[in-house]
Amino acid sequence: MLSNLWLLIAIPAASAAVLLLAGRKADRWGHWLGVLAPAASFVLGLIAFFGLRDLPGRAAEQTLWTFFKSGDMTIDFGLLFDPLTAVFVLLITGVGSLIHLYAVGYMAHDEGRRRFFGYFNLFVAAMLLLVLGNNYVMLYLGWEGVGLASYLLISFWYNRPSAATAGKKAFLMNRVGDAGFAIAIFLMLAQLGTVNYNQVFSQVGALTTGTVLVLGLLLLLGACGKSGQFPLQAWLPDAMEGPTPVSALIHAATMVTAGVYLIARSNPIFSANSTLQLIVVSVGALTLLMGCIIGAAKDDIKRVLAWSTVSQIGYMFLGVGLGGGAYALAIIHLLAHGFFKANMFLGAGSVMHGMQDQVDIRRFGGLAKYMKITWLTFMMGWLAIIGLPPLSGFFTKEPIIAAAFEQHDAWKSWVFGGAALLGAGLTAFYMTRLFVLTFHGPKRWTDGQHPHESPAVMWIPLVLLAIGSVVAGGLMASPVAKWLEPPLPAAPAEEVHGVLGHTAITVLSLVLTVLGAGLAWALFRRGTALEPQPAGPVVRAARANLYTDAFNEAVFEKPGSWLTRALVYVDNKGIDGVVNGLAALVGGGSGRLRRLQTGFVRSYALSMLAGGVLVLGALLAVRLG
Amino acid sequence: MKYLSLLTVVPLIGALLVAFVPRTKPQLAKQLALVISLIVFGLAVAAWIAYRSDSGRMRLEESYTWIPAWDAKFSFAADGIGLVMLALTALLVPIVILASWHDLDNSGKRSVPAYFALILALEGTMIGAFASADVLLFYLFFEVMLVPMYFLIGSFSKDVPTKQRHYAAVKFFLYSLVGGLFMLAAVVGLWVVGGHTFDWQQLVNADIDSGVGRWLFLGFFLAFAIKAPFFPFHTWLPDAGGAAPAGIAALLVGVMDKVGTFGILRYCLPLFPEASKYFAPLAIALALVGIIYAALLAVGQNDLKRLVSYTSIAHFGFIGIGIFVFSIQAGSGAVLYMINHGLATGLLFLVVGMFVARRGSTHVNDFGGAGKLLPLLAGIFFFAGMASLALPGLAPFVSEFLVLAGTFKVNKTVAVIATIGIILAAAYVLWMVQRTTQGTLNPALSTVDAMKRDLTKREMIVVAPLIAFLLVLGFYPQPVLDVINPAVEATIADINPVQAGK
Amino acid sequence: MTPMWYIVLAAVLFSIGAVGVLVRRNAIVLFMCVELMLNAANLALVTFSRINGTLDGQIMAFFAMVVAAAEVVIGLAIIMLIFRTRRSASVDDANLLKY
Repeated sequence: MLSNLWLLIAIPAASAAVLLLAGRKADRWGHWLGVLAPAASFVLGLIAFFGLRDLPGRAAEQTLWTFFKSGDMTIDFGLLFDPLTAVFVLLITGVGSLIHLYAVGYMAHDEGRRRFFGYFNLFVAAMLLLVLGNNYVMLYLGWEGVGLASYLLISFWYNRPSAATAGKKAFLMNRVGDAGFAIAIFLMLAQLGTVNYNQVFSQVGALTTGTVLVLGLLLLLGACGKSGQFPLQAWLPDAMEGPTPVSALIHAATMVTAGVYLIARSNPIFSANSTLQLIVVSVGALTLLMGCIIGAAKDDIKRVLAWSTVSQIGYMFLGVGLGGGAYALAIIHLLAHGFFKANMFLGAGSVMHGMQDQVDIRRFGGLAKYMKITWLTFMMGWLAIIGLPPLSGFFTKEPIIAAAFEQHDAWKSWVFGGAALLGAGLTAFYMTRLFVLTFHGPKRWTDGQHPHESPAVMWIPLVLLAIGSVVAGGLMASPVAKWLEPPLPAAPAEEVHGVLGHTAITVLSLVLTVLGAGLAWALFRRGTALEPQPAGPVVRAARANLYTDAFNEAVFEKPGSWLTRALVYVDNKGIDGVVNGLAALVGGGSGRLRRLQTGFVRSYALSMLAGGVLVLGALLAVRLG
Repeated sequence: MKYLSLLTVVPLIGALLVAFVPRTKPQLAKQLALVISLIVFGLAVAAWIAYRSDSGRMRLEESYTWIPAWDAKFSFAADGIGLVMLALTALLVPIVILASWHDLDNSGKRSVPAYFALILALEGTMIGAFASADVLLFYLFFEVMLVPMYFLIGSFSKDVPTKQRHYAAVKFFLYSLVGGLFMLAAVVGLWVVGGHTFDWQQLVNADIDSGVGRWLFLGFFLAFAIKAPFFPFHTWLPDAGGAAPAGIAALLVGVMDKVGTFGILRYCLPLFPEASKYFAPLAIALALVGIIYAALLAVGQNDLKRLVSYTSIAHFGFIGIGIFVFSIQAGSGAVLYMINHGLATGLLFLVVGMFVARRGSTHVNDFGGAGKLLPLLAGIFFFAGMASLALPGLAPFVSEFLVLAGTFKVNKTVAVIATIGIILAAAYVLWMVQRTTQGTLNPALSTVDAMKRDLTKREMIVVAPLIAFLLVLGFYPQPVLDVINPAVEATIADINPVQAGK
Repeated sequence: MTPMWYIVLAAVLFSIGAVGVLVRRNAIVLFMCVELMLNAANLALVTFSRINGTLDGQIMAFFAMVVAAAEVVIGLAIIMLIFRTRRSASVDDANLLKY
């Protein structure tokens, strides 16, 4: 299998092609083909995964063909399967297969189901290309591919203006990040002459500090765009316009974590510059708090989960920014997050399925009785994300918080560790709010709601993911950390003694978690008002996404559209005006001159005579002078 | 085989044949034109194969007596750049003929045989321009191709008011003619200082005084910059692109404008290396302004065909930068961009034409939610849009990447500013797609019967080869690059003998 | 007798002709004035021929006479036609060919 890595990508890609090209004929069986493709890739991925253990160097690299070559620049179409790739492949195809299966039920009544699975398979293929590439151009290829699939799936219901706009917004904000990523690749080519991972990383030492910083910042810009991190976070909550399985797979479990993958993959670059690491950590800490605060003020079940994703990826950025052993911690949290967040998104989808696509948590309540399986599985996800032992989150989030406290500078420990701790408490608050308002308390349904459990094809993936949410963290924490080194750096042998001990941090975070959860439970146990209530400045700011959207609109959109209109005017009246003016001048001038043709023979004779005299006079003047 | 002369002459003779088909037999004229264009395509394929077995910088050389007194000859030859361009022409013309099948109803004043004869005449003159190895011969083709295009823009589009068509055609003609006359002056000047010959090979080796060279360069450059078009000589293109039938617009932007960038590569750079270096900053600045400026203008357009025309001006900015930074990657990228842009924008124009033919309007506001009625056509429209914004995996990405990566090595600022263009490209493409095919269905659309007919068989045959080429060249562009690279290296070596080794 | 007087005569004749063309309206008179100018030119040609001692000028004068004869034929025909259609021989009445 390790010599045929391309099959991993080719199977879902071929399936996508069949689904998109076959037309209505494939409507009856198309979705099953769509489920089979990622499942087949998962099996192949497993074979490759086990094959990897016996391989010397634990990495399989192969060049399929020369992508393009000009002068001294050669870009290969090459694949690399190493431990880091392996865990991503398994996450993408494993969780991906479950979500595909779920989508068979969720999309059953949608006439575009075949098209949906086509796009979904296309996404899986692109995502696999992203993690399987052996150089940055391959990564970029997959990077844009998942962006395309994300766009297509967000605006899947393209006749809804809001969905079309959300898709466009996602694509555009991603493009901003992509432009940074692209410039980073150009910089590598200009400075190192290669984009191959191994060759780039072995030469990082030869670069100047400034170059490394710029390179890292550009990569970070790309990562922020794809992972919905500050300042490019605004597209992710809007992306919830897509069908719920899309939110689960793309905007929670896999694609949005590509930024974390990019930074983890580029760890030799990021580890080479401490300023760079500080910036990554700051982005992570800022975003994780921002996600929590906004998530606590939202009433749309999917948007709360989306902001929660933003916040959790903030934790991962915090982890990869800390460097050293924390790279692996971030990846482990990423994997666990893939399980519990996908679980909760699918749970939310199941709730919406039973509640006629209602998304407002103020309109739920008391659903635990009617949707037992959804309730139980969602509870596992909820407990996992707030980090209650012994569920996943406890084993994966806790070490990141601890690592944030273990820095050489005390102020860094307090600032970033404190942020991570505060985030844990806030997470507990808003997730509990979500859980309680949805499943407990009084019914606040709109008329005519008959909530019911979802069909088996939907709850089986839910149960499997719930089991994953419970056990994945505990099972993966230490073996995966070992498995991932190399390519990720090992934890330093001697431990840095942070400002707080391990036990103290654990106790603190558990106390904060219980406090946050308890507070939310007490506040929302009896339901909530159906209309937005007047609130203080903080809550109002949080409801308005901390005014980031307003900022984007005021600084980019408004001036942009003004500039566009002004330029259209300049082009039509200015540049084209000059040309048309010239034409009008010539036309008008000749219109005047035309009047000299009076039609009177004698006036012509006079002008001839005048001309003759003029010529004679000129001749004489030349002769005499 | 005399491939290049045949490639030039066959469509011209074909044009005559088609022109003499009586107006009462429009079907015969169309079929004849299609067959002839397919023969030309076959010849181009054969020429490609023969080219690969030939050797040297200029291959497939032929020469016939023309005006011995001036040492002007009917001489043809192709380097890699010329070869790929004439192959693109030969590929696009049959597709355009098929796409324009129902452009004219035989009832009106417009003659079907004349339409298709003009398309063939255009093909012959364009191929002639790409294949000629004599400066005077090139000038001849450069000017003569205006004539068929003038009539094609001015007289045939059903959906554009007559006045607007005539305005656009005259504007196109005047712009090109003004540029052409400056070039004529430069051609004559070149003959005087270059040793009384029009032979390209001899002129390249001629020793031209740098002061004179700069003036001659400007003469050529002005003509090519208008043709390409570069900012600020671009305003004729949106008018022409908007007024021409969609297939003709595809040829205009896809191939004819490339004569400008091709001319820069073939004439400006090798003939006046010193002047090229002297004026390169100016050219790059114009190209850079063009990328940003035209992209912003494209966002603000409400006419689909004008919009696509503006996107092309932005793309020509990328090509211009690629040519004038004088690096091998950027140069190869620019030539590859010329091909890919022809395929991508050609497809975009043709698909826009299919929308316009159904709706009878080019105005964006007359559409809206059209994807509901025409899912397949909307999908292909989206695909063409993605190709236009250079999505990785589609052909234009490779060329854009090469241009930007090659530019970055030489001039970081230029590359970074140009990269902003790729964000704007996403903005105008997605904005166009959204306003046309997404959102709530425009109620006026459901009342138009034609809007309910999705892609026909004929239209599928039109778009299929372009889609296939965009995909294949997106993942495996190397066969084309193998042809382009040596030619670009030779051109760069003319400019920069030091860099030639790289 | 010096040839100079012939030149002066030619100039005077030419001027009379030119003024006539400019001030008169009748097409026939105009025509006669044109003939006067032509003959003034002929006179000048012959005189210069005499001064230079070559025959070129005289040959040119014959040419001019032939051309003048041809011109009279066509010109008079045109004037006749105009007179027939418009009942007038004034050149100012025939002013349709303008801007």
